[in-house]
Amino acid sequence: MVAGGFGVGKTTFVGAVSEINPLRTEAVMTSASAGIDDLTHTGDKTTTTVAMDFGRITLDQDLILYLFGTPGQDRFWFMWDDLVRGAIGAIVLVDTRRLADCFPAVDYFENSGLPFVIALNGFDGQQPYNPDEVREALQIGPDTPIITTDARHRADAKSALITLVEHALMARLR
Amino acid sequence: MATPPGGPSSGNWSYGPAQGQGDGSANGYGYPSVPDHRQPYAPQGPGPSPYDQPQAPRIQPVQPQRRTPEPAPAGASNNPLVRPYAMTGGRTRPRYQLAIEALVHTTAQPHQMQGQLPEHQRICNLCREIKSVAEVSALLTIPLGVARILVADLAEAGLVAIHQPGGDENAGGQPDVTLLERVLSGLRKL
Repeated sequence: MVAGGFGVGKTTFVGAVSEINPLRTEAVMTSASAGIDDLTHTGDKTTTTVAMDFGRITLDQDLILYLFGTPGQDRFWFMWDDLVRGAIGAIVLVDTRRLADCFPAVDYFENSGLPFVIALNGFDGQQPYNPDEVREALQIGPDTPIITTDARHRADAKSALITLVEHALMARLR
Repeated sequence: MATPPGGPSSGNWSYGPAQGQGDGSANGYGYPSVPDHRQPYAPQGPGPSPYDQPQAPRIQPVQPQRRTPEPAPAGASNNPLVRPYAMTGGRTRPRYQLAIEALVHTTAQPHQMQGQLPEHQRICNLCREIKSVAEVSALLTIPLGVARILVADLAEAGLVAIHQPGGDENAGGQPDVTLLERVLSGLRKL
């Protein structure tokens, strides 16, 4: 999963490393939940659409890695629950100029137990804060990796993914 | 931890000014939210709509004129007036709980496709090369929930094979160590 605040570069990150142009899947939601089968009297029901961008990387003949950008709106947690099941982990992209935007994602992954890494996306090639400062500001434990990245560059995105999988592997072996 | 749909934020569900908040007549897909039987579908393409044909040449007056819409025509996938869950017969839950990244691969022979719903045929054509449920949804522009139901239908009919992602049941479906090692090695080789 690739998470983070609105406009932080999730789709850019996915596109940098995906073998296909990022695709968009949409889910239709009603305020009375998708669990209600009878949709014939939906005249006064509000519907909304949740969009998720994703990409794919074929790693082997029988192994495909999918990268899902989480819906930007924090209230669509149920979509995140759907994605977390079976996920290897999450990359939380952070724009250090808008640090608070990543709080919901960090909270979510801390609570769900999904391994995650923090990736500071350097806008304009700048990294105004170093990882230690961000760790302090976010109150992130020492076990969670914090890396710098440039979501536009394939090598950076790939490196972030490797860090995440290594972290997930360590977490499983611990 | 998750906020249930319809929970505290239910008063604020739609986003964007174009959502059909007030009149309920539109959503993100441009489908009407209320069935409208006055005009089941607009005539499209060359040739007259079946509803426009003169009645005189009819030789066998067996059927009274139908007022209800015909089942979705072959071009339904391009017809924005068909609501998404009309393709599923109103069902909103699939028969299997398919992961969004579950892989779908067509096993059907071409002759088995005859008589299938157009949406089912499109999925089978798409999945001659292996695709995830998410890709089915995105490439055919079908909402994710609908894609899950249609793919599950095809699996039950034996027309596609599903590869659910491997997971460790003891660890809440998270990938096992062997899979993580394979992913890591694959990423390093990229």
